[in-house]
Amino acid sequence: MSLRARLRPSTCPSTRPSRTSPRRVRPARGLAAAATLALLASGCSLVGSESDEATDASGASATADSSGSAAGGTVTLVTHDSFYLPKKLIKQFESETGYTLELRSVGDAGSLTSQLVLTQDDPIGDVAFGVDNTFGSRALDNDVFAPADVDLPDGVAEHALPGDDDGTMVAVDDASVCVNVDTAWFDEQGIEPPTTLDDLTDPTYEDLFVTSGATTSSPGFAFLLTTIAAYGDDWQSYWSDLLDNGAKVDRGWEDAYQVDFTAGGGNGDRPIVLSYDSSPAFTTDGEGGTTTAALLDTCFQQTEYAGVLTNAENPEGAQAVLTWLTSDAVQAALPESMYVFPVVEGTALPSDWAQFAVQPDDPWTVDPADVAENRDTWLADWQDVVSR
Amino acid sequence: MLSIEGVSIAYEGTPAVRDVDLTVADGEVLAVLGPSGCGKSTLLRAVAGLEPALGRIAWDGRDLARTPTHRRGFALMFQDGQLFDHLTVARNVGYALRVRRLRGRRVAERVEELLDLVGLAGYGERLPGTLSGGERQRVALARSLAAQPRLLLLDEPLSALDAGLRERLAGDLRDILRRAGTTTLLVTHDHEEAFTVADRMAVMREGRVVQQGALAEVWREPVDAWTALFLGYARVLTGPAASALLAAADVTATGERVAVRRSALVADDGGPLRARVRSVRATPVQTRLVVDLEGPDSAPLGEADAVADLGRRVGPGDEVRLRVDPGRLAPLPG
Amino acid sequence: MTPRSPTSPGAGLRRVAGLVALAALPTAVLVVFFVVPVAGMVSRGFVVDGPGGPSVDVGGVLEVLGRDRTRRVLWFTVWSAAAGTAVSVLLGLPAAYALHRLEFPGRRLLRAAVIVPFVLPTVVVGVAFRELLGESGPVVRWLGVELDGTATAIVLGLAFFNVSVVVRVVGAAWESLDPRPGEAAAVLGASPVRVLATVTWPQLRPAVVSAATVVFLFCATAFGVVLTLGGLRYSSVETEIYLLTTDLLDLQGAAALSLLQLVAVVALMLLVGRLRPAGDGRVSRVVARPRRPRRGDAAALVLTGLAVLLLAAPVAALVVGSLQGPDGWSLVHYRALTSTGEDAWTGSSAADALVTSLRTSIDATWMSLLLGGLVAVLLSRRSRTRGERRVRRLLDGLFMLPLGVSAVTLGFGFLITLDSDLLDLRDSPLLVPIAQALVALPLVVRTLLPVLAGIDDRQRQAAASLGAGAWRTFLTVDVPVAWRPLLACAGFAFAVSLGEFGATSFLARPDDPTLPVVIYRLLSRPGDETFGTALAASVVLAAVTAAVMLLVERLRVRNLGAW
Repeated sequence: MSLRARLRPSTCPSTRPSRTSPRRVRPARGLAAAATLALLASGCSLVGSESDEATDASGASATADSSGSAAGGTVTLVTHDSFYLPKKLIKQFESETGYTLELRSVGDAGSLTSQLVLTQDDPIGDVAFGVDNTFGSRALDNDVFAPADVDLPDGVAEHALPGDDDGTMVAVDDASVCVNVDTAWFDEQGIEPPTTLDDLTDPTYEDLFVTSGATTSSPGFAFLLTTIAAYGDDWQSYWSDLLDNGAKVDRGWEDAYQVDFTAGGGNGDRPIVLSYDSSPAFTTDGEGGTTTAALLDTCFQQTEYAGVLTNAENPEGAQAVLTWLTSDAVQAALPESMYVFPVVEGTALPSDWAQFAVQPDDPWTVDPADVAENRDTWLADWQDVVSR
Repeated sequence: MLSIEGVSIAYEGTPAVRDVDLTVADGEVLAVLGPSGCGKSTLLRAVAGLEPALGRIAWDGRDLARTPTHRRGFALMFQDGQLFDHLTVARNVGYALRVRRLRGRRVAERVEELLDLVGLAGYGERLPGTLSGGERQRVALARSLAAQPRLLLLDEPLSALDAGLRERLAGDLRDILRRAGTTTLLVTHDHEEAFTVADRMAVMREGRVVQQGALAEVWREPVDAWTALFLGYARVLTGPAASALLAAADVTATGERVAVRRSALVADDGGPLRARVRSVRATPVQTRLVVDLEGPDSAPLGEADAVADLGRRVGPGDEVRLRVDPGRLAPLPG
Repeated sequence: MTPRSPTSPGAGLRRVAGLVALAALPTAVLVVFFVVPVAGMVSRGFVVDGPGGPSVDVGGVLEVLGRDRTRRVLWFTVWSAAAGTAVSVLLGLPAAYALHRLEFPGRRLLRAAVIVPFVLPTVVVGVAFRELLGESGPVVRWLGVELDGTATAIVLGLAFFNVSVVVRVVGAAWESLDPRPGEAAAVLGASPVRVLATVTWPQLRPAVVSAATVVFLFCATAFGVVLTLGGLRYSSVETEIYLLTTDLLDLQGAAALSLLQLVAVVALMLLVGRLRPAGDGRVSRVVARPRRPRRGDAAALVLTGLAVLLLAAPVAALVVGSLQGPDGWSLVHYRALTSTGEDAWTGSSAADALVTSLRTSIDATWMSLLLGGLVAVLLSRRSRTRGERRVRRLLDGLFMLPLGVSAVTLGFGFLITLDSDLLDLRDSPLLVPIAQALVALPLVVRTLLPVLAGIDDRQRQAAASLGAGAWRTFLTVDVPVAWRPLLACAGFAFAVSLGEFGATSFLARPDDPTLPVVIYRLLSRPGDETFGTALAASVVLAAVTAAVMLLVERLRVRNLGAW
């Protein structure tokens, strides 16, 4: 790594693959030129940028030190690949606490949980965000999270994971997975849209429903839990009926919503889709209405948690991150950045959300411990039903 | 019969063959002789159908323009043989037979026969990679002959070989072609090869055929100095020297130039010409001299080559008398 | 390296030392970034925590292999990959011929463009394919064929991604084939079909086998295509490993399947070793000029047309989609690419992400060139002993392994093993380019190896006899021949890295996403605008790739070896 100093460029244009024409240089010189070019180019690469960042970081902590707040250092937040918060908020966190926040994403929520379990002895960060209530038990059983000593605002405790007696997991946001309908399409066709899970097996709605796979997508699994909560041991026969009625099972939410849903980005032709309670806020018609609606009797609430990792190198920093994630600023930014509802009471919602995103009063629930115990059986059974 | 009429071929814009007319009669071997780059190989490829050409290439009067290579019934033997390295010698030779849907014993017999013809009996199971250069060319020849092509096209068949082998193979080649009675178009830059193998020849220069005819005819009457030199004449003498030589040989000619082979002047005490020896070089069969010719009045006529028997003792500076062998002279027109 | 007196023991030792030095860096990288992580992950499946501490449980892993479901998954993987490979080769061969041996307008552009599918993120291709194959798509409407969610769709998807590999590999080999044996056959009366079967095919076979191997490995480890296009009915070994590792945390099952993948790759390499005869090694002397198409080329051109249609239709769907504004045709989505600032929901404008992508790709490119170049030099030297030859063959196979192993296993392996106290590499921003470089490495080796091996060793000996040292011999003999192919594989490595999503999604730093990651984020937001922007970003990614390939095309040499 001692090369790095030499590799760092003073300025770095975004691309410069070939400035000189190698055709005209002699081969040996061509090689030299290519080597130089490669060095220059790698300066415009991550090797170069890493040192740039290091400079940035030390600059930031220097500012923080001079402002006289808490001890510096780096705190690493491990999260899933859907995580996003505006950079402004991250800078604000860094300047207020003196920590440098490093982000690392490790795949989807399942992947995140699995990795936290596997690296529990020597964790890949200090604090994690993104384990949800369907994976929460696995994290609890493996002591992934350590108790944190933070003051939490109202609303967080109400979302605590059942079974988390030590309060190691701090709720940050929630979103309900609900069946959505394209109300505009139903109006046009003069058909009454469905409202319940049972309706989805009604011949009126034959070939109109598209959902995403329980084995391949997080909302898909949530919907499976919805049906398990609603039908108990009969859930498999419900799924049979659903499929007999022409329900389509796609891989992920993107495939179902963006491709097959009539109100999605593509030119789909199914007006009933599995999505979120917040989705109608994104389908406004520009005339004070929205063209889709969530069926509030079909919802399963997914809550995402954050927590200090056991064996974290920087537990204080980790707790600061928890405080930050439940702060007003972050909570208020959640809807626009991650399309989820804040859990802290009294957080202001964006106007479209306030108007069109309705949360279910009484969503379906399954005990996280049951989920942990039965996940593989349920998924295997589900796969059998679907591939039958 | 192959007839080539007014054929021109351009290679990326530059003309390689210009307005060539040639015919090859049935059973005849025609050699196209020319230096490298004169367009002879290109002409050969055009006859094979591998290059698009302007003009008319016809077989027995039927235009071949629309006939693809593999339907022409010709066979082309490449300079370096182009054996299929992944096939045995026997499969190489039998290739064209299999293409014609012959199978089994008939192929085996014919292959045997051909290998015998080219002197490689028993080589059938070997891979081309294990053969010497001469053997490879023989296999290539056998392969070309296998399907009894209407016309055999030979592209410098021997030039990849060393001198001794070349000479021997040239003789073999002639015998094989005679025995098989195959109509053949041969291109080469080596006049010895052409003389050994062909019945007729055409000389090509910068894309044009400058002369054609029976071997002896072309040999005796080269059309110009360049052709004469290319055909192996050692010098072209002009002016008084030419006149003196022609007079001494008792040849009547209209022109003032004469092409002379190295052995046209022979040291002979009774010879009509006088000369002074400039240098001497011994060869196994005779002594080669370079001499300054002198006119009747001892006027210098210029430099010439001559030969002397090995027994005759001559040294630089000696005066010799020379006689002229008229068969080794060729008066040039114009 | 320079052949001196092979009998002197000192020279022999120096030679071995030189070879070891050459092998050291690439082998070390492979061990640290591949062998150790994968072994770490697999060994987790074998070690079970029992009451008496951890113990090794081989039976559990074997039990997984005996499961009915495992057999089903394995069967599907093998046949879908085989079918995908077959279709890729069938469509790729005529296209390789047409694009590399025939002369027609737009040939260069087309050649650069066929590589585009290779780099498109699967999510986007999935969307494009499903717009075409979906219930209201043109295939159903015009042809009445329902392909969405079928195995046929999966096979077509696999072919979509991999035809370009066949075209490039086989095309390069075809282009440098000596045309004269074919002509010799033609003048012996062989029809074009016969020439193809008896002369061209044996010459081309090593390249086709190489391409098919790589394609098969790509197909067998394809993840997104199978899930997106096949729906939930089909599971491959790769998707199964994903499910077992991330969702079910069944490490035993995952380890069993990972082992299965490794064994399969090794078996495949052995098989291929038999199918791929040692070529004659000579750099071909005569190169055919591309010529105008003739009537006999009609079949090849029609098949090429089909291949181009297969490649172009989804891309066209993307382009059309990206140009659909709220009120008809518009460039609004393209304008959105640059305007995304601090407060938008992707974290980075597509333009910034493109820069990040390019920087990552540059790293991955030089890494794969450096390592691949070393490996190729090492493997191209003539072996003196059987032992040496065996070691070389082992290395050759070893560097192919990353193509056949699950990204999940590797990604998880990185995180659980690269945490030594001396050097915690898990934090390094270079992890992503290194992972990508490992994927591109076999392609680089396969391109350079035949070129270097084709140099007559006597040339090196001649250089040495004229007083050139090992390094100078390399510079004056090897480099002049190899540097253009090197550029060509630089382009390919760059493209591979540009579109890579698997490793990236495990290892990326969310504050500096690459373009595929941003596209994915755009797609996960409901609403027409972001969907259009995602499509526009994909089109830009495709265009940048095509531009890079076009640039490389201008620099490349005819004499490009086969992988």
